[in-house]
Amino acid sequence: MNDTLANTEKKTAYILTLPAVLLVFSIILFPIFANVWISFKEVELKDIRIPEPRAKKIVKSISDEPSKIKILYKLRNSSLIQEIRDVSFEDNFPKNFEIENLDSRCSYEKYHLKCEFGNWPPKYRENFQVIFATNNESKIDKKNLKSIKPKLDGKSDNILLNTNFTLKNFKKVLFENEFVDLILTTFYYTFFGTVGSIVFGILTAQMVNQKFYGRTFMRSVLLFPYVAPVVALAYTWELLLDPNSGTLNSLLLNYQIIETPINLLGQKYIEISILGFDFKLRLALTTVIMFEIWRYFPLAFLFILARLQAIPKELYEAADVDGASPFQKFFNITLPQITAVISILFMIRFIWNFNKFEDVFLLTGGASGTRTLPINVYQQGFAISDIGMGSAVSIVIVVLLLMFMFFYFKLLGKRVDEN
Amino acid sequence: MRTKNTILFSFISTFFLIFLISIWKILSTLQGLSINSFNIEILFIFGFLISLAHLGIGGRVKSFYKSVIFSFIFVICDGYLIQKLPIWYNVGVFLIIYFFTNKISKYSFTSLKEEHSTQVILFDFLTLFGILFFSFVILFPFYMMLVTSFKTQIALLVNPLDFSINFGQDIKDLFKSYFVIFKSYKFGKYIVTSTIVSVGTVIITLLFAIPAAYAVARLNFFGKTFLSTSILIIYMFPAIVLVIPLYTIFSQLGLRNSIEGLLIVYTATTLPVAIYMLQGYFKSIPKELEEAAILDKLSWFGIITKIIIPLSIPAISSVALYVFMIAWNEFLFSLMFLDNPNSFTLSRAIQYLSGDAETPRQYLMAGSVVVTLPVLFIFVYFEKYLVSGLTAGSVKG
Repeated sequence: MNDTLANTEKKTAYILTLPAVLLVFSIILFPIFANVWISFKEVELKDIRIPEPRAKKIVKSISDEPSKIKILYKLRNSSLIQEIRDVSFEDNFPKNFEIENLDSRCSYEKYHLKCEFGNWPPKYRENFQVIFATNNESKIDKKNLKSIKPKLDGKSDNILLNTNFTLKNFKKVLFENEFVDLILTTFYYTFFGTVGSIVFGILTAQMVNQKFYGRTFMRSVLLFPYVAPVVALAYTWELLLDPNSGTLNSLLLNYQIIETPINLLGQKYIEISILGFDFKLRLALTTVIMFEIWRYFPLAFLFILARLQAIPKELYEAADVDGASPFQKFFNITLPQITAVISILFMIRFIWNFNKFEDVFLLTGGASGTRTLPINVYQQGFAISDIGMGSAVSIVIVVLLLMFMFFYFKLLGKRVDEN
Repeated sequence: MRTKNTILFSFISTFFLIFLISIWKILSTLQGLSINSFNIEILFIFGFLISLAHLGIGGRVKSFYKSVIFSFIFVICDGYLIQKLPIWYNVGVFLIIYFFTNKISKYSFTSLKEEHSTQVILFDFLTLFGILFFSFVILFPFYMMLVTSFKTQIALLVNPLDFSINFGQDIKDLFKSYFVIFKSYKFGKYIVTSTIVSVGTVIITLLFAIPAAYAVARLNFFGKTFLSTSILIIYMFPAIVLVIPLYTIFSQLGLRNSIEGLLIVYTATTLPVAIYMLQGYFKSIPKELEEAAILDKLSWFGIITKIIIPLSIPAISSVALYVFMIAWNEFLFSLMFLDNPNSFTLSRAIQYLSGDAETPRQYLMAGSVVVTLPVLFIFVYFEKYLVSGLTAGSVKG
C-alpha cells in the first residue's frame, strides 16, 4: 500500500517537473556542451546554413504557338561551399498538359513531372526548361501555373555534425588574441564594478535606513537604474557623455572647468598627474565601470537594506547606553552584521559582471580598451563571423566561471560548517 | 571643543549649501539661463556667515522668521546684485536657503557641546548629502531622456544646454518625435511584439514553473535535491555562452526572426528563478490543506488549481512581474535572433535606430522613453511585489 503510494507520488513528480526540466536542459545545458563541440571545429557563420537545392519557376508563352507553354526553372545550389547529393525534383501540372521534350533525367506520369538531377557541386546553376502542349489554349492559367511550387530535395553534409576536429581555435584564443589584455580588462571591469556597486550599496542602504521625509520614494528611485531597460539607459548615457554636443561636456565647458571636450567613451587612456606622479588611467574602461556601478548598485542596496532592517534594535540601544558614537556603531555593529550579505553579494555580482555583455556592447561596442571576454565572443562569432573561435572564447568563460563557483561553494561550505 | 565643533559645523553645512545651490544652477543652466560659473567663493562666504549667524542668534528669533530673513538677504545679494537672473531662479534659491536653514535649525551652541557631536554632524550631513547626490545622479539621466525627446535637432544645435520645453507650442510639435517614431519607424508594431513576447513568456513560464515548483516543494522523488541545486547553478550560467550554439541551431531550424524562438529562449532562461521563487513560497503553505484535499480524492491537478494557486497569488504575481520585466528589458537574444525589422522587439528596434548615424537623437530618446515608461510604471505601481521578486531573483544579472 505504502509502496504504491510512494510510486504514484514519484510518477506525479516526474510528470510535473518533466516539461520544465526538458526545456531548461535543451536550451541551457545542451548549448553549453554544444559549445565544446563547436569550439573544436573550424566553422564560419556562412557554413552553418544548410545547403538547399532551389528552383525559380518562370512561365513563358511561346509567341507563334499559343497552345504551347514554356516553363523555365532556374536551378541552383544555395551553398557556395558545399555539395548537394541526389537532388530530386517534383512538380505538378494541370490536366491536359502534355510534355513535348522529356529530359533524359526526368519522367512524366499523370501530369506529374519527376526528375533526378544527381549531385550538384557548390555554386551549381542550371536553366532547366520544359515545353508543354495543351489542347485548348484558353485554359492556360499562367498565374495558377506559377503558384504551384516545385518540390526539391537533396542530401548534404551538415558541417556541424561531421567529425573533423581541430585545436586551432584554442591556439588562436590563447596566442593570437591578446589574451592577457583580454583577461586583464575583464578582471578590471568585473572587480571594480563589483566593489563599486557594493560600496555604493552600503552607503545608500545606510542612508535609507535612517528616518527622513520621502524615504519610500527614495527607495523606489534608487531602484530605477536596475529596473529600466539597458538599451534606453545606455543610449541616454551615450548622449550625456558625447564629446561634441553631449550635456556633460557642454556643462563643463560652460563652467570653464575644462577647455576641450573629453571623449569619455572613445578615449583609451588619459594622463593624470597626482602629486607629481603621472598616471595613465584607462578612461573609456573607467566610464564603462561607472555605468556598471550606477546600474547595479541598487541590487546591493536592496540586499543590504533588508539585512540592516533585520538587525535587532536592542544592539543599537545598548550601544547608546554605552555612549558609542555613530561611527563606532557603524563599524562595530552594522558592518559585522552585514559581512555575510556582502560576501554573497560580492560573489553573485562578480559572476554576473564577469558575464556582462549588453552594457559594454551598447556603450562602446568593445572599442577603446573595453574589450571584455563576453564582447570578444560576439566579436569573434558575429563580427569576424568565426563561430568556432567565438565558441572557444565561450569555453574560456565557462571554465573560469566554474572555477569561481568552485571557490564560492567551498567558501560557502566552510561558512556553513562554522555555524 | 565648542570652537572646533562650531567651525566644523559651519564648514560642513556650507559645503552642503554649495552642493544644493550648484545642483540648482546646473538645472537652471539646462533651462537656458546663461550661468557661467558657480561663484563658489561667494557661496562659501555666504553659507559660512549664515551658519555662524544661525548659531549666534540661536533661539532669540523664531526659526521661521530667521529662515525667511536669511533667504531674503541671500537672494538679494546673490540673485540681484551679483548675477541679475530671472525671478523663478531666485524663487528657487529662496526655497533652497529656506530648506537649508530649516535643516540646520536643530543645531545650537548647546547641541554642539554634546558628546560625539562632531560625528553626529558628519553623519547627519552625509545622509542629507547622500540623499541629494543619489537622487540627482539617478534621476538626471532619466530627466535628460525625457526632455531631449521634446526638443528639435535645430534647437539642440543652437544651444546644447537649453532643454527648456515650450509648452505654448502646438501639441503636434511638442510630441513630434513620438509621432515620427510611431509613423515612420513602426514603433506601434514593436510595442505589440514586445508585449506579446513578454506576456507570452510570463504565461508559459508560469505554466511550466507552477507544477515543477509544486513537485520540488512537496513531493518526494529521486533526484529532487539534485534538481533544486542544479536549478540555481544553471541560473548562474550566462546568456553569452549560450548565444553561439543557440544561434546555429535556431538558424538551422528556421527559428530565427520568429516570436516563437524568442519565447522558447526567454522561458528557458527565466524558468529556473521562477521555480526557485515559487517553491520557496509553496513550502510555506500549510500541508494540512492538501491532506484534506487528498482525502477528498482530488488529483494533483485539482490540488494545484484549487488550493495552491489561490493561496499563492502574491508569490505568483511577483514572479509574473519579475519575468515580465526580464523579458521586456531583454536585449542580447533579441539582438542575436532578430535581424528582420518586421519581427523586432522594442529594445532591438532602438538599437537598430541608433545604428544609423543620421537618426536624430530626440527620436532615439523618444524611443527610450517609450520602452522605459511601462517598466517604471509597473515598478512604481507594484513595487511591493517586484521588490520581493528582485530580492529572491537576485541571481539574475
